Amino acid sequence: MKISCEQAADICNRTQYKESKFWERLKLRLHLWYCKTCKSYSKKNAKLTSLCDKAELCCLSKEDKENMKRNLGEQS
Amino acid sequence: MVEHKLFPDQWVDRYADYLFNYAVVRVSDAEMAKDLVQETFFAGLNSAKNFKGNASERTWLISILKRKVIDHYRRSNSNKGKAEIRVNYRTDSENEGDWMEEQVADPFSLDGDHIMENEELGMAIQECLDKLPKKQAQVFRMKTIQGMETEDICNELDINPSNLWVMIHRARTSLMGCLNENWF
Repeated sequence: MKISCEQAADICNRTQYKESKFWERLKLRLHLWYCKTCKSYSKKNAKLTSLCDKAELCCLSKEDKENMKRNLGEQS
Repeated sequence: MVEHKLFPDQWVDRYADYLFNYAVVRVSDAEMAKDLVQETFFAGLNSAKNFKGNASERTWLISILKRKVIDHYRRSNSNKGKAEIRVNYRTDSENEGDWMEEQVADPFSLDGDHIMENEELGMAIQECLDKLPKKQAQVFRMKTIQGMETEDICNELDINPSNLWVMIHRARTSLMGCLNENWF
């Protein structure tokens, strides 16, 4: 049931993208219960996720960038 | 003082997302924002000889984009008279006869402030992403911003999932540190 801090961080990261399994999250919870360092990491990590959602970041698709590069190439 | 130089062949990779984010909040139309970014690059290329090197490349490009956004609004304003304004009193059967007042924006809404704050936050995240190693920033963008599946990213970049999660971990840790002062 016990996991290392590296494993905890890995589960925590995957949880941010909803790619962790139920059992993993359970193990993570247990780990966070006694590991202060990971607890603080986990809290910040969740905060980062909510900040990224809030910022509604958008970015250009690969095709858009390729197009821009091509157009720029023609111009120069 | 550091003398800044221009590297136009790297502009798209390094600044397109940043400029696009800036533009899209202001013109709220992705296609238009894309055009403005492209125009900005063209204008940058054409006036590269005027670049004095006392601002960073990005600051210089954003100042060009600002002009482009203003021009965009000037252009759309000059079409104003032609616009047809129609105010429909609720005509859909269900809401027919409801009072117009109900459709007015809530004066206590904090939307304006939220938009401004979110935009600042977005720019701060982009700036922090710029400081990361290129590959890390790329993986983070694909995963977090474009919401791509792990498998698709791995195929596209020819890496395995554990590579991907290591890069995500490093990117996230750096971002936490970078955003720490103002946003945590």
